[in-house]
Amino acid sequence: MKKVIIIGYGPAGVTAAIYLKRTGIDSLVIGKDLGALDGYSDLVENYYGLQEPIEGNKLIQQGVDQAKKLGIQVITDSVISLKQSEMGFTVQTQHKTYEALSVLLATGKTRQTLNISGFTKFRGKGISMCATCDGYFYRRKKLAIIGCGAYMQHELEYLNRISSDVTVFTHGNELTCEVQNTVIKDIVLSFKGDEKITHIVTDKGEYPIDGVFIALGVPSSVDFASQLGVIVEKNNISVDENYQTNIEGLFAAGDIIGGKLQIAKSVYDGMQAADSIYSYLKNKSKKA
Amino acid sequence: MVLHLTTENFEKEVLQSNVPVLVDFWATWCSPCLRVVPILEELDKEVAGLAKVGKLDVDAEYEIADQFGIMSIPTIVVFKNGKVHQSIIGVQSKATLRKLLEV
Repeated sequence: MKKVIIIGYGPAGVTAAIYLKRTGIDSLVIGKDLGALDGYSDLVENYYGLQEPIEGNKLIQQGVDQAKKLGIQVITDSVISLKQSEMGFTVQTQHKTYEALSVLLATGKTRQTLNISGFTKFRGKGISMCATCDGYFYRRKKLAIIGCGAYMQHELEYLNRISSDVTVFTHGNELTCEVQNTVIKDIVLSFKGDEKITHIVTDKGEYPIDGVFIALGVPSSVDFASQLGVIVEKNNISVDENYQTNIEGLFAAGDIIGGKLQIAKSVYDGMQAADSIYSYLKNKSKKA
Repeated sequence: MVLHLTTENFEKEVLQSNVPVLVDFWATWCSPCLRVVPILEELDKEVAGLAKVGKLDVDAEYEIADQFGIMSIPTIVVFKNGKVHQSIIGVQSKATLRKLLEV
């Protein structure tokens, strides 16, 4: 059982880990990549103390190295699900499952959304982002799941229990996990229908379908937070003045809570969130 | 109190209501849906007299859920004068729900 798991090792996550370390709390930091600044062509030059502009990914890597040097456990892995447990939270990654008393979501925001025509129109009318929430409406129906990796596999397991007709659409990607279902590797161009969705249109043809579940790539923290019932508004996770979501023990900081998408702001968030997590854990241990 | 809506009382409580009614379509097995309950309870107190707040279990009262084409939960629908006024999918803050009610 970890005291804190921090998901994301960008400025907010690493800063929180550093400040927590200074209060004597060890956290586990799980990140999947160098975040929004990786591959960002402009150099970072507006952050305090940078005498020379620096590449985004280099700055993030230095943050990770700084944390490691302080003895903080940092691992690279993709989180595919977050659930509440008796004591706190269960964090499932592609490779392992962890338990923690509290969780800080600091994954940042990917700067891309699913850009397939008809997605917004049929959201809730045949397109779903959550198999366990909406599977019920699609029992014994003809289903599709769009995705190619561990996240898709995780959602597919559930769908296979409610329907014997689930097709995997990889949307042009190579499959990185094993599935027993039919796999179609076409690129999805659009979703078609009237009131409800009726077809998936790809670069190779049209496929009749009753329901489509989206589990593409790695889930963002907005994806797994909404599956848990966290208030998400305008694609931002809602937090109170203590950086806590509407779920006790679940905190969020950085780009995913909205506001300025800037390193300086994320660092501030991380520091404040660390304070709140410290108080939360202290109160929790008093009660126990 | 948050109304417990059923196929029997839906017509009277929602469609024939003189005030706007916010209906939460939910189910016991939907974990995000369980997070909506405390928000509804607070909202209900806040809008007392101006609007009604209710929830409908899509599992038990599937006829109503089907009638309004609910295929994703939680879905929150605001009814005005017996008609769907607006709807939104997912867990929302009390402020957002209040805005949907426009009271």
